[in-house]
Amino acid sequence: MPRCRRPILGVAMLRLEAVNSGYGRAQVLRDLSLEVQAGEILCLLGRNGAGKTTTMQTIMGLLPLMSGRISLDGEDIGSLPAHEVPRRGIGYIPQGRRLFAGLTVAQNLEVGLMTRGSGREVLEEVLELFPRLRERMGQKAQTLSGGEQQMLATARALCLRPKALLLDEPTEGLQPSMIEAIRQVIVKLRADGVAILLVEQRVDAVLSVADRVAFIENGRNGEILSAEALRADHSIVDRYVGV
Amino acid sequence: MLATLEGSVTAAVLALTAVGLSLVFGVMRVVNIAHGEFFMLGAVIAYVLTRAISGHPAVGFAVALVVAPVLVGVLAVVADMTILKRLDYDPERTIVATIGLLYIIQQLTLMSYGPDARPVEAPFNTRLALPWFEWGENGLAMYWPWGLSTTSYKLAVIGAAVVLLCGIWAMMARTRIGLVMRATQADRDMAQAFGIPVEKVYAMVFGIGAGLAAMAAVLIVPIQQAHYLMGADPLLLSFIVVIIGGLGSLPGTVVAAILIGLSDGIISVFFSPTLAKILATLLVGLVLVFRPQGLFGTRGV
Ligand SMILES: Nc1ncnc2c1ncn2[C@@H]1O[C@H](COP(=O)(O)OP(=O)(O)OP(=O)(O)O)[C@@H](O)[C@H]1O
Ligand SMILES: [Mg+2]
Repeated sequence: MPRCRRPILGVAMLRLEAVNSGYGRAQVLRDLSLEVQAGEILCLLGRNGAGKTTTMQTIMGLLPLMSGRISLDGEDIGSLPAHEVPRRGIGYIPQGRRLFAGLTVAQNLEVGLMTRGSGREVLEEVLELFPRLRERMGQKAQTLSGGEQQMLATARALCLRPKALLLDEPTEGLQPSMIEAIRQVIVKLRADGVAILLVEQRVDAVLSVADRVAFIENGRNGEILSAEALRADHSIVDRYVGV
Repeated sequence: MLATLEGSVTAAVLALTAVGLSLVFGVMRVVNIAHGEFFMLGAVIAYVLTRAISGHPAVGFAVALVVAPVLVGVLAVVADMTILKRLDYDPERTIVATIGLLYIIQQLTLMSYGPDARPVEAPFNTRLALPWFEWGENGLAMYWPWGLSTTSYKLAVIGAAVVLLCGIWAMMARTRIGLVMRATQADRDMAQAFGIPVEKVYAMVFGIGAGLAAMAAVLIVPIQQAHYLMGADPLLLSFIVVIIGGLGSLPGTVVAAILIGLSDGIISVFFSPTLAKILATLLVGLVLVFRPQGLFGTRGV
């Protein structure tokens, strides 16, 4: 099994430098720095409330940046208004899916296509990955099963042909076969050179797919290790995620 | 039957006004207390324009029908960008802000336009007698002794409202702008995460909502007269309609407007307008108790 496809240049696709942010006056992230290469899966691990979702929302521009710098492919995106961030090429699959309720599957995908003006061929590619959605194009998003909703949330984000993809607990509440399907899509995207930032609670699921793992604790950086090192020494996981 | 017709005119105008209110609430989660004042402004602007434009009354009226909603819409967009946006669309603070807006608009109108109620001439106003049984055969010659008649203008108001409502529905269901508005309504943050400029959408929705109220007012002003306090009734009735129909549900709003408009017309003719209002308010109470999401609403507003 081929591991760790490194990008040729090693320039970070997505980079956070000393980011501080939070909700109103309540600061959550403190001097957080991360780097995801193109064609790499970086997994963010941490306890509940450590600031993983906050990190993703900050990248998307949904939370104000108090200080620090966020860049995508060399371009500063931290100062852009929120709706400009995805247009630069970041797909977001949020925790809890957050589909557009009241809109059909097709319309949810349409919004994804509109983000960067993707054509019909992108939709075809995406439906190729999730054939189940093709049969349900006219169905309202909120009436899909949990697994189908996760497929739609993923498909919606892929519709904008992302350079970087943020996945916040994509396997939450899914059965093993569905988790496997999502995993395969992620691996395929990595092979296509997408930079992937993955948040996941289940450590074993992470270790089988991630290239590197970054720990986050109370909004601060913990250690950043290669997945191989973690597989060899499990104790560090318990220290950060602890049971 | 006459009562039904009068009621239909009320219902038509009410539906337009309430759909504007419902759209603003649905997409922006803003309860716009100043909605009635946008209605009033539409009527006042229509008066001013028809006065200023000489020639056949239809010319001035046609101009008013286009210009008044656009002017009021632009004013609403400005109010959105200068006031509501600064409050970050906070549900409570925007209520207070729109109450303020209500008084500002009302007092400015009083200062400039004055306290009088002034009529606007209808563009056409043929008296149509209605034959009792033969619906659709409206002839001038047929005139029933008990004065069963309406005017061509009233029928035109109903027709115009139906066309406009179909237009709104088509915009929401079939166009890209409608898709963007519905996505924003469903989840503001996710809309932004998919490249939708939510603030622009909000400004547009607020403008369209106000424009609809103004349009409704222009349609009704040849029947009612323009007055600086005329916004209160449409505001109250719109709220009743929006609550009964389900907050943010367009079909519900239209059905509730027809229900309230027709019963208002019928009860007002046979009993008294006060009784009609009492019953409508009672209905709101019942709906709130037994079906808080409204007749057509979905849970989780
Ligand atoms: N809307 C909010 N307003 C204020 N504080 C918030 C808000 N959302 C989250 N927080 C706080 O920010 C901190 C980090 O939350 P965040 O959602 O990023 O955690 P997480 O790492 O994603 O946790 P989980 O694993 O449970 O999803 C928590 O202390 C939380 O209470
Ligand atoms: Mg989270």
